[in-house]
Amino acid sequence: MTETNRPDIQTAPQEPEASGPEASQAEASLWADAWRSLRTNPWFIISAVLLLILITMALFPQLFTNENPRECYLSRSRLEPSAEHWFGTDIQGCDYYARVIYGARNSVAIGVVVSIGVFIISLVLGLLAGYFRGWIDAVISRITDLIFALPFILGALVFLNVIESRGVTEVAGVLIVFMWPTMTRLMRGSVLSVVNVEYVTAARALGAGHLTIMRRHILPNSLGPVMAYTAILTGIVIGAEATLTYLGVGLQLPAISWGLQLSDAQRYITQLPHLTVFPLIAVGLTVFAFMSLGDAIRDAIDPKSKKR
Amino acid sequence: MTTTTHPAGTEQEGYDASAPLLEVDDLHVEFRTKAGVARAVNGLNFTLNAGETLAILGESGSGKSVTAQTIMGILDMPPGHIAGGEIRYRGKNLFDMPEEQRRRLRGVNISMIFQDALSALNPVLPVGFQIAEMFRVHRGFKRKQAREEAVKLMQKVGIPAAEKRVGDYPHQFSGGMRQRIMIAMAIALDPDVLIADEPTTALDVTVQAQVMRLLKELQTENNMGLILITHDLGVVADVADKIAVMYAGRVMEAADVFEIYAKPGHPYTKGLLESLPRIDAEGERLNAIPGLPPALTNIPPGCPFSPRCPYSTELCRTDRPELLPVAEGHVSACHYREEIYSGELKPREEAQA
Repeated sequence: MTETNRPDIQTAPQEPEASGPEASQAEASLWADAWRSLRTNPWFIISAVLLLILITMALFPQLFTNENPRECYLSRSRLEPSAEHWFGTDIQGCDYYARVIYGARNSVAIGVVVSIGVFIISLVLGLLAGYFRGWIDAVISRITDLIFALPFILGALVFLNVIESRGVTEVAGVLIVFMWPTMTRLMRGSVLSVVNVEYVTAARALGAGHLTIMRRHILPNSLGPVMAYTAILTGIVIGAEATLTYLGVGLQLPAISWGLQLSDAQRYITQLPHLTVFPLIAVGLTVFAFMSLGDAIRDAIDPKSKKR
Repeated sequence: MTTTTHPAGTEQEGYDASAPLLEVDDLHVEFRTKAGVARAVNGLNFTLNAGETLAILGESGSGKSVTAQTIMGILDMPPGHIAGGEIRYRGKNLFDMPEEQRRRLRGVNISMIFQDALSALNPVLPVGFQIAEMFRVHRGFKRKQAREEAVKLMQKVGIPAAEKRVGDYPHQFSGGMRQRIMIAMAIALDPDVLIADEPTTALDVTVQAQVMRLLKELQTENNMGLILITHDLGVVADVADKIAVMYAGRVMEAADVFEIYAKPGHPYTKGLLESLPRIDAEGERLNAIPGLPPALTNIPPGCPFSPRCPYSTELCRTDRPELLPVAEGHVSACHYREEIYSGELKPREEAQA
């Protein structure tokens, strides 16, 4: 049977061949299989490379530039991009390339912290609400309704205005508070769509307990949309951070973030477009990378969407 | 056929080894819906012994599947509601058990096969993993050991190249192979009772016979009690030992398989048998039973079959017949069971004409 196998995945699902050369040896689990499919997806590779660069940038910005972003000389204020200053300089005469590189840390940190936080909260609450229904569902759903009733910007303004000094933790915390309901609802809906399918009934009939059913049957089958949304959310969060910062309730100077750079650059958009363009490209690439990662994961986790 | 009982570690939990394997006693199940109370099962009785195949036969909506779900404890409650009766496994009432104890019975002592294996298997997990899961959940096997058991089971149910296919997903198998995998999962832990809810309905005719043969083999090998739920008279004929014919949530007639085919004691069974196409009846019109089963929210007061019955009288419309014997091991719920059994009674329309 192995002689007919090409290294990539077979085309006809009805063919009684093994699905891949490693299929029989590799651990037969969902995640191993998802990984196998991810490795062959070009979008995953592109986004993974971008994210790898981005994360390195966030963790070790000094690898990318020798300039100190806080060493600013008014003598070199408002320079156009050049060989010496790739992205030019800003009003204060800081090297803009270094500022954008160092800005990755805060933007990515907020994006990732909020997304992971929201993901975990939604996973647990959505799963409980959708699986057990009844009063658990009622309580969780009413709380999500409550938070939906508060306009996000207004709520965040009120909360953040109260907090005197706002760092990554404070901004991320407020964003989590306002962003978990959407994903919890998504997760709940996703769970509801699989909780009554026959394989869940069959699993119950064959003696699986609640935990086994949730872990083996509900979770893997309802995770796809939530994972894709987590990636989108990372983009939304990075945008929201910029919005809040622009409104003066996000991160505060002297912090370096893309949001702060964008809000500063607004005033000079006609004279010094490069001040807007470079942080915008950074935000765009980051959001793109997270989104294509999410799509790739969703495709990998759903065996029916695989291009077999 | 041997009479050994299964070890399965059931003795210490207060089971009576001398009691019948499974007894359904005056079971009532209803669904409380907005349109009223639908009485799906109304006083059902049957007994299943080890090594025996009981076929439960009936039209759609006769309460067959609800019975199976009630035995397994997977009925959706609400809207489902057990309004009365008992189901005893080895003499112990399932409804008295705590949920956790019932869960441990499922899959281990009482197991079930579903109609459509494609939807009854998890699409995101390889089939071998799903079979192995049975050993990991109930027996605490390690991953590798469970996987080896899964391969053995796949070979046992006749899946070719089992070692190669253990990592494949349900959608990569044909319908018959999928049903075999479902069967492998259900018999993984040598259950005493296996309920098969229309196991061959989703399959084509040639595969139906193979799957039925496999079920029969496994049953003989493990001395299982098999409950075969079906609407297909042809499927049960060569597999079942006993047949119970259900209508509107009741057993209308129950007897040995040869007896019921040869001498039905109830007009409904007679009608079902007559509605089968026969090879020697070429050119004749097929005798379908006229009308539809009663709405379960509004079951007629007398015999539930009386509106469709060609023999029905005033007595049938007012008085509900009990399930009473017509011959040795043959019971029927008809006022005129003796006459039907002996073939003396003529349909009323003809008698009047």
